[in-house]
Amino acid sequence: MNTIKHDVVVIGGGPAGLAAAIAARKSGCKDVLLIERDKRLGGILNQCIHDGFGLHKFDEALTGPEYAQRFIDEFNSLGIDSMLSTIVLSVDGKRNLYVSSRKSLTRIEAGSVILSMGCRERTAGAISLPGTRPAGIYTAGAAQNFINLQNIMVGKKVVILGSGDIGMIMARRMTLEGAKVEAVFEILPYPSGLARNIQQCLNDYDIPLYLSTSVIEIHGKERVTGVTVAGTDKNFKPIPGTERHVPCDTILLSVGLIPENELTRGAGVQMEARTGGAGVDDTFMTGVPGIFSCGNVLHVHDLVDHVSDEASLVGEYAVRYLDGEIKPPESYIKIEPQQGVRYVLPQKVSGMRDFTLSLRVTTPSRDRAVWVKDGDRKVARKKMIRLHPAEMIRINIKKEKLQGAKVLEVSVE
Amino acid sequence: MSKKELTCIVCPNGCQLEAMLENSDSGSLQITEITGHLCEKGPEWAEQELTHPVRTVISNILVESGDLPLVSVRTDAPVPRNMIFDVMKEIKAAKTKAPVAIGQILIKHPAGTGCNIIATKNVRNV
Repeated sequence: MNTIKHDVVVIGGGPAGLAAAIAARKSGCKDVLLIERDKRLGGILNQCIHDGFGLHKFDEALTGPEYAQRFIDEFNSLGIDSMLSTIVLSVDGKRNLYVSSRKSLTRIEAGSVILSMGCRERTAGAISLPGTRPAGIYTAGAAQNFINLQNIMVGKKVVILGSGDIGMIMARRMTLEGAKVEAVFEILPYPSGLARNIQQCLNDYDIPLYLSTSVIEIHGKERVTGVTVAGTDKNFKPIPGTERHVPCDTILLSVGLIPENELTRGAGVQMEARTGGAGVDDTFMTGVPGIFSCGNVLHVHDLVDHVSDEASLVGEYAVRYLDGEIKPPESYIKIEPQQGVRYVLPQKVSGMRDFTLSLRVTTPSRDRAVWVKDGDRKVARKKMIRLHPAEMIRINIKKEKLQGAKVLEVSVE
Repeated sequence: MSKKELTCIVCPNGCQLEAMLENSDSGSLQITEITGHLCEKGPEWAEQELTHPVRTVISNILVESGDLPLVSVRTDAPVPRNMIFDVMKEIKAAKTKAPVAIGQILIKHPAGTGCNIIATKNVRNV
């Protein structure tokens, strides 16, 4: 096995990895390597052909491929090294990567590692979908890949389970391609995707969205022939007497994303149950020195603009770590989610630098404020007209506000 | 006087807008007030949506001898909402040859609209 050395190694060439690699290069590191398992850069954006990307960053509604290309162009113009069609088999706690490509198996000794592997979709198995297992059941993203990248149409009469954004976007996409989308069923009493997608992907095409409704059985032996749906109570149990049959030949699942952290765990990084990603500090460094994490592998984002911003910071921190400028502090200030808050990120900060606190709320509400407190002292407060679990909230916090703090508590009040 | 609720689709905020409408003397609808927006794009969008709704159409076009079988495309300006399927019909019938570059015009004025269909992805020749 061949052994090579690189200063900064980025795993994953999607939006997070591209922005991190670019930032690392611009921070003065000349030896950055990005590893991507696909044969082209851009990650999931290549199949996200709809628009709405880049509104924050570029003040334009770009499509996914256009957004990705801006970063790919910059990546190429900076002459950053990449290995495509190459998969990282494992990373250890001393930042050794074992990497397999078609030609060879290579060990890479990395100065710092940036984990930006993204996420994958929850599957029928992951949500214990009841009934038989005929052909015609796809995750929304798999259907998107078939239709947008491979020119394979997946069905004609479609039911969508879950109201995530990808599911709604695929409802529109399949309608435009001539399929009939019967309905979107969401088990929760509120939609899990963005309001704009309910309007432009469902309402525009008269596709009904049924809340507090779930698929209780799948029918069909070779191919899906239909589903039985039922209204659900507040414990998500089907309400007897509300069952109805919906004929269809295809079911798309849009029921959430799971950060893809097998490599992270293998490296001995301590994980956070609330985000499904690594626990990180205010430099996005994990519990293992020199290993950083950003993008959807760290926590699932709703906007790629935020992924790019986060990853740019991480690229810079990974280089500063190499330069010896970043050392763990003697003690961290912990950040804890309290009432109404599902998760916070980072979970601990040094207090030595400004940082952006990312968080999600547990339930939708209106006219509330997110409070960040150190005991009784206000550290930050953000007034919000609408709060929704589907929308990540970001609050900038200045280091001056952190002096003497031990624990920051974040709540919705 | 009547009230109409709209979801703004300009950005991910998805503001819930309320428009107050009044029948003018000439019989056309007049918007008297729009509320619920977080930015000035909201009322602008609502007015457009209530009088003449438009959408960007997004799809793929077949590519011959490319490193991908499809190139993703969009209209370079929004088209009337009721024209979406007419535009789609032309997109589906179209075919192009690699290489294709982002921004390249692949169909001029589909379905008689003023817009063009442009590529949103680079496809290499193989």
